[in-house]
Amino acid sequence: METSTPLHETVLAEFHVAHGARMVPFAGWNMPVQYADGIKAEHLATRQGAGLFDVSHMAQVWLQGDGANAMLESLTPTDVAGIAEGRVRYSLFLNETGGVLDDLMIARLDGMLQLVVNAGRADHDIAHLEANLAPGVEMTVRRERALLALQGPEAPAVLARLGVDLDGFFFMQVGHFEIAGTPCIVTRSGYTGEDGFEISMPAEAATALATTLLADDAVSLAGLGARDTLRLEAGLPLWGHELDETINPVAAGLRFALSKRRRETADFPGASQILADFTTGAPRTLVGLLPQGGRPVRDGAELALDGKIVGHVTSGGFAPSLDAPAALGFVEAALTAPGTELMAVARGRETPVITAALPLVPHRYIRG
Amino acid sequence: MLRYTEDHEWINLDGDTGSVGISPHAIEQLGDIVFVELPEAGNTVSKGDSVAVFESVKAASDIYCPASGEITEVNTALLDDLSAITPERAHDCWLFKIKVEDAGELDEMMDADAYKAMIA
Repeated sequence: METSTPLHETVLAEFHVAHGARMVPFAGWNMPVQYADGIKAEHLATRQGAGLFDVSHMAQVWLQGDGANAMLESLTPTDVAGIAEGRVRYSLFLNETGGVLDDLMIARLDGMLQLVVNAGRADHDIAHLEANLAPGVEMTVRRERALLALQGPEAPAVLARLGVDLDGFFFMQVGHFEIAGTPCIVTRSGYTGEDGFEISMPAEAATALATTLLADDAVSLAGLGARDTLRLEAGLPLWGHELDETINPVAAGLRFALSKRRRETADFPGASQILADFTTGAPRTLVGLLPQGGRPVRDGAELALDGKIVGHVTSGGFAPSLDAPAALGFVEAALTAPGTELMAVARGRETPVITAALPLVPHRYIRG
Repeated sequence: MLRYTEDHEWINLDGDTGSVGISPHAIEQLGDIVFVELPEAGNTVSKGDSVAVFESVKAASDIYCPASGEITEVNTALLDDLSAITPERAHDCWLFKIKVEDAGELDEMMDADAYKAMIA
């Protein structure tokens, strides 16, 4: 789609091109979809070693002030007050019908709340936060900071070789770390299903730090293509596909994102609809799909059983770790048992698919 | 006689039979190829028909027939190792052969230089 708006570039754009990236427009940003080795190789290098991703297109938004907990609790089903210093939670901006406006990460560090929101929803989310800004809360969008993700089983060893002491630092924690002389804010989290880190740093330090990380033999560059295949295997939702304003968190398999205290107080947007589904189950829920015969099925394909439409595909492509096509989709609750045989239908072409439990590839988070 | 379409197919005409494949540029743009569907020998097709599909990690791409005629041979050996379909081998990786009804259909197509200029 042609637009007159010039694409944003992260501070690492030149670095990507110098390393053989193919740059594509994504959510208004000029981003590397892959480097010379290709998506499959980058995906497998992340699962086996460590992949380095530039995710600076995501917005880092910091909230300070006494009203910040209550303000975020008015917009999400998260026990924000219960997020301890040094901890990270996955959260959702909800609308009044229980649909998802975006998903996000919330970290508490230095007494403030540090949010990371999707690039494609950043303008929306920032406007949403501004419109709901509570008295005494100060919001700053930290566009002067870059964000790198280092993901994969070798990621902790890579940081350790650069002098980082990760003792006592586990999945969904946040802290200050100096990496090769650069002061960074690091969370042990990611979007691949692997152990790994998201590293926030001043933008001017990003190219040097990326270069230092890449110099480690265990590290390979990975683009948005691999980021998508990794999250697909890990069963992690992508807004606009598995999440949108019409999909509630229960349907998307995100019961864990509904904090116990908030379910009891039932005071978040869309609580009545979401809690009804929490109790009885959603009419359609997210499942993994394994296409049979080698041909991938894609976003938008319908899912049929005996000629009747029973669901649809929301993301589909190839899963390098399975060496087979894989997809995510919503199907009627009665048909979600793993092993259910359905037919994906697109453009008049039928592809048999079998439902599978999520994640398709086990998560390997390191929990304390 | 080697000719290219705007959709990045090539056809190499030898007598009245043409081998058809996709260009190095197309293979490069596809990235990792994970599935290929080829036509069946004996089918009669028209210029512009979707006759094959290449699926990459990210997307499906239709391959359009550059000329009308009967498909006489299909390179099923290609399916044994999709990783062998590389830009360097693009002109060895023919998909099928077609007995071309009207060689005049190729007149409006690009030669190698014109194609190179188009993708530049």
